Amino acid sequence: MNKTELIEALKEIAKPYVQDEAAFQNLTEDTKFIDDLKINSANLVDIVLDVEDKFDILIEDEAMENMLTVKGAMDIITEKIGVK
Amino acid sequence: MSKRVVITGLGVAAPNGVGLEDFEAAIKAGKSGIRYFEELKAMNFSCCIGGIPEVSEELKLKYLTPLQLRNFTSSGILYACMSGIDAWRDAGLSFAEEEPHWDSGCIFGTGISGVEKMREATYKLDEGKVKRLGSTSVAQTMSSGVSAYLGGIIGLGNQVTTNSSACATGTEAILLAYERVRAGRATRMIAGSSGEHGPYIWGGFDAMRVMTYKHNDSPTEGSRPLSATASGFVPGSGGGALVVESLESAMERGAPIYAEILGGAVNSGGQRLGGTMTAPNSTAVQRCIKSAVEHAGIQADDIDLINGHLTATIKDPVEIENWAEALGRKGADFPYIHSLKSMIGHCLSGAGAIECVAAILGLKNEFIFPNTNCDDLHPDISSLISPDKIPTKLIHTKDVNIVAKASFGFGDVNACLIFKKM
Repeated sequence: MNKTELIEALKEIAKPYVQDEAAFQNLTEDTKFIDDLKINSANLVDIVLDVEDKFDILIEDEAMENMLTVKGAMDIITEKIGVK
Repeated sequence: MSKRVVITGLGVAAPNGVGLEDFEAAIKAGKSGIRYFEELKAMNFSCCIGGIPEVSEELKLKYLTPLQLRNFTSSGILYACMSGIDAWRDAGLSFAEEEPHWDSGCIFGTGISGVEKMREATYKLDEGKVKRLGSTSVAQTMSSGVSAYLGGIIGLGNQVTTNSSACATGTEAILLAYERVRAGRATRMIAGSSGEHGPYIWGGFDAMRVMTYKHNDSPTEGSRPLSATASGFVPGSGGGALVVESLESAMERGAPIYAEILGGAVNSGGQRLGGTMTAPNSTAVQRCIKSAVEHAGIQADDIDLINGHLTATIKDPVEIENWAEALGRKGADFPYIHSLKSMIGHCLSGAGAIECVAAILGLKNEFIFPNTNCDDLHPDISSLISPDKIPTKLIHTKDVNIVAKASFGFGDVNACLIFKKM
C-alpha cells in the first residue's frame, strides 16, 4: 500500500465521523482530526478501532496519543505494517 | 402562585402504531401489535409473543444521524428519541441552534438502557478486550441515555434527567414534569418514558412465570386484561412522550392544546400491608388515587373514564376493586374503564407514557378506544362494576371531560394522573 492509498483508506475510515465536510474534501497529511475535521474527541477511539480492524493491527495507548493528525495516523500504521 | 399546566405536543412509537396518526387509527380500530417471535422460542421462552414497534432503517434516519446510528443497538433510546422529537415538533417547537433552550427540559424515564449493548460489551470485557468497546458504550447503557440523547438533539437547557420506577415510570415522569412547570422552574418539559424490547429485557419476567404461555399460537389474543381467561401479561416495548407546558406559554405562542393536567400523585406501599416487591399494597393504591383526585381539585364523581394499569394477570380484579373503593363508585355508577395493554401488551417502563398518549388523544378527539380480548369478563369484575362500563367497541363521545390514569410498578410504587379536556 503506497502513501496515496493509505490516505484514501484513512479518509474512508474517518468519513462517518467528520463534521466539517469542506475540510474533509481538502484533506492533507497535516489535517487534524479534531481541530480541522471537527470530529468529536470521543469518536477518535472509534477511528482507532476502525484502523485496527482495517489493517489488522493493535494500537497501544501511547501510539494513540500521536494519532491527532492524518500524518500521525499514517506513521503509526506504517510502523505497524511496514508501508514505505 | 402556581401555574396551570397543559399538554401541547404528543409523540409515540408503539407496537401497534408508530407516529401519532397511525397510533390513533390503531387504538380506535382495536388493532393488536402483538406478534410471535421465533427467536424467543429458540431461546426456550415459555412466552414467545410480544409487542415491538415496527421501525425501518429509513425511519430511524429521520431521528438519528448515520453517525449516531453507528453501532447503535439501544432500542429504548431510539423509542425515546422518536417519541420525544415527534412530541417536540408536534408542539410547534424547533431545535436549538447555538444557544440551548434554557427554559425547556426533559424528564424521560426508563427501566434500563442498552441491554443489547451491555451484552456485547460484557463479552468483549470477558475476552480482555476492554479497548474494543467503542465510544458509545457508556451513553447507550446509562439509564439517563434516554434523556441525554433527546436533550442533545433538541438542545434542552433546563433540567435533563431520567426517572425510574418500574412500570409506573412514564406516569411518574409526567407528574414530575408537571410539578416543575407548575412551580415555574421551567416553561416546558418533555415528559415520557420508553422500554426496550427483546429477550434480554423480557427474560426475567418469563422466569417469574408472569407472562402468558398459552397464546403462542394466537398472539393477538394473548393480552387479555379484565378477562376471566387472562393468563399473564404479554411483553411489549416502545416509547411515548408529551410536551408539558405552562398554559400562559402555550397561549402566548398560540400552541394547540391537547388537555390540561389537573394534578396527580405518587406513593409507595412500602412493601407492607400485603404489598411486596412484586405485588401492590391495595391501601397504598387507593391512597394514591384519592390523593390524585384531591390534588386535582375534583370530586371522584367527576371522573368520566379510567385508563387502567390492568396488565392481564390475576391482579386485574384487585385493581378494579381498588378503583371502586378509592372513588366510592361501583355498578352502573362506575366510570368507563379500559386498558391499552389488550392491544400492545405491557410495555413495562414505556407503558405509562404510551398509555397517557392514548388517554390524551381520546380526550382531545372525543373517543374511548375499545378493550379487546375481554368478551369473557372476569366474574369478580362483572360483579363489582357494570359490564357496559368496559366498552369492547369504539365509542365516540363528547361526554368525557376528565380521565384518570394510573400505573403501578415493582417495588410497590404507584402513580396517578388526572387529565381534563380544554
